[in-house]
Amino acid sequence: MSLSLDEVRHIAKLARLELADGDVDATQAKLNGIFGLIEEMQAVDTDGVEPMSHPQELAQRLRPDAVTEGNRRAAFQAIAPQTEAGLYLVPKVIE
Amino acid sequence: MIDSSLKDIAAALRAKTVSAVELATDSLARIEAGNPKVNAFITVDKEGALAAARDADARLATGSAAPLTGIPMAHKDVFCTEGVLTTCGSKMLANFTSPYDAHVVTLLKQAGAVMVGKTNMDEFAMGSSNENSHFGPTRNPWNTDTVPGGSSGGSAAAVAARLVPIATGTDTGGSIRQPASLCGITGIKPTYGTVSRYGMIAYASSLDQGGAFGYSAEDCALLLSAMAGHDPRDSTSLEREAEDYSAALDKPLAGLRVGLPKEFFAEGMSDDVRAAVEAAIAEYRRLGATTVEVSLPNARLAIPAYYVIAPAEASSNLSRFDGVRFGHRAAEYTDLMDMYCKSRAQGFGAEVKRRILMGTYVLSHGYYDAYYIKAQKLRRLIANDFQAAFAQCDLIAGPVSPTVAFGIGEKSDDPVQMYLSDIYTIAVNLAGLPALSHPAGFGAGGLPVGLQLIGNYFGEARLLGAAHQFQRATDWHTRKPAGF
Repeated sequence: MSLSLDEVRHIAKLARLELADGDVDATQAKLNGIFGLIEEMQAVDTDGVEPMSHPQELAQRLRPDAVTEGNRRAAFQAIAPQTEAGLYLVPKVIE
Repeated sequence: MIDSSLKDIAAALRAKTVSAVELATDSLARIEAGNPKVNAFITVDKEGALAAARDADARLATGSAAPLTGIPMAHKDVFCTEGVLTTCGSKMLANFTSPYDAHVVTLLKQAGAVMVGKTNMDEFAMGSSNENSHFGPTRNPWNTDTVPGGSSGGSAAAVAARLVPIATGTDTGGSIRQPASLCGITGIKPTYGTVSRYGMIAYASSLDQGGAFGYSAEDCALLLSAMAGHDPRDSTSLEREAEDYSAALDKPLAGLRVGLPKEFFAEGMSDDVRAAVEAAIAEYRRLGATTVEVSLPNARLAIPAYYVIAPAEASSNLSRFDGVRFGHRAAEYTDLMDMYCKSRAQGFGAEVKRRILMGTYVLSHGYYDAYYIKAQKLRRLIANDFQAAFAQCDLIAGPVSPTVAFGIGEKSDDPVQMYLSDIYTIAVNLAGLPALSHPAGFGAGGLPVGLQLIGNYFGEARLLGAAHQFQRATDWHTRKPAGF
C-alpha cells in the first residue's frame, strides 16, 4: 500500500501539523518507505488471535472521588505562552 | 572516586574519606571538561547539585543515609524536574521548566542522590542514535565520530565517559539497552509497570518503561531498587511489594538455563558482534550455566508491529502539545487552527512529525483494523513466543544491536535502516519483559559490544545476578574510553 499526496496532506491536517507544499513529496516518500516495512504484517495469519493492547492484563484501579491536588494555577500558568486574569488566551473562535 | 563502584563510593562517604560535596564538585568538573566532547548534557544544575550534596553530607553525619545518599547522578531529560529545565530533547519544550517532579525524581531525591543535570536524548525518545535531539547529537565517548545509540544516548555517554556513575533512562523499543551496548556500560529495563511513568514524558504509553544505567549490574541493582515501586499516580504501576534487586547478586550460575533464540543467531548480526556475543555465552557456560536453543518465530514481526503501535500511541500522547498551556507557540498565526498547525510544525523535529503522521494514519477511519488491531494481534503472538521459550529456560541471551556504534550521519537520512537496528530489542517491549545489556567485549574499531539478557516477568533480580556473576569473572565492564 502507499499513500497519495492528497492522503499525506489530509493526515497532516488531522494531526494539526502544517506541511509546506515543498515538503509533501519528501514526506510521502519517507512514509511510504516505512509503510513498506509495516506491510510485512499482512502476510501473517492472525485469525482468532486476541489483540494485546497492554503487557499487563489488569483492570483499571479505582480511587475515592476526593480532591488530591491543591490549586497551583499560578505555577502552571507561569509556563503558558499567553494568559490573562487566570485564563489561557487563544485566538478568537466564536464571533 | 566517580569511576568507582557505588559500593566503594558509599563506603568512602561513610568513612568520611570523601564528602558528597567533593563528589558533586568532581562530577561537575568532569562534566565541564568532558561534556564539550560528547554533548551528553542538555542542562547542568550546579547550584542544585551542591545544595543536594550539602544535604546528603548532613544526612550522612546523622547516620540516616540510604544506599544512594551523596551519589552524583543524572536524569534523562524525559523526566520532569521541578524548577529545572525539562526539554525532552525538543524545541517544543526548549523553555519548559517543570512545575512538578516525576515520581522517579522524587524517589531519588528522597534517597539522597545528587542530581547534577539532565541528559541529552532523541526528541521525545524517538530514535536509536541521539541524532534527533534539538540540542545536537550526543557523541560516543569511545569514538566521537560515532553515535552513542538512543534514545537515552546522553545518559549512556555520561556514564561511559565517567561524568557520573549512574543515570536514569527510558526504554520503549531498546532505548536503554542499545545505548548501553554501544557505550560499553550496563543498562536495565525492568518489567513494564515496575517504574512509575508519572512525570515521565509519554511517547508510547503501553511500551515506555524507566530504567537504570551504571558501570555494572551491581550498581544498576542499587539504582533500580531506588527507582521502582508502586505509585498510585500511574494507572499502570503494579501493586507489588518493594523489591531489593541486589538480592540475587551472589547466586551462582550453576544450573542456570540460558535460552539462545535461533532467530537471533541467524543472518543479520555482523561478524564482530557475533564473535563477542558467542564468547560471552561461552563464558556463561564456563561459569556453570547450560544453554539450550529456543525459538521466537514471530520476532521478525516485532519491528512492523512496533512501528504501528508506538506511532499510534505517540500521535495521541503528543496531541497535548498545542501551544496553549505550555510549550512552543508560533509567533504569528491567523486563527486557532493555524496556531495549532504552525506551533506543532515549528516545535517538532522531522522524526517526531513522521511518527505522528504514521500514527494518525493507522488510527484513522478505515485503517484501524488493518493496522492497529493487526499489530496488536502480532503483539500477542510475540508475547506468546517468549512464554513458550521460558518453558525451556530461565533467561534468554542474544545480541543487543546488529553492529557496534555506527557513524554520525550514517543512517540519519534513512528511517527504515535506523528502525532495523532495533531488531533484537523491540520484541521485549511489546511483551513487557525485563531485559538488560552488559559489556561483552569489543568489535570493529575497538567499539564496545553488549550482550542482552532477557528475563521472564519480574525476573530483574535473576537477570542482574547473572550479569553480576559474569562481571565477577570478566573485566569488560571496567574498561574506560581513552581521554575521559
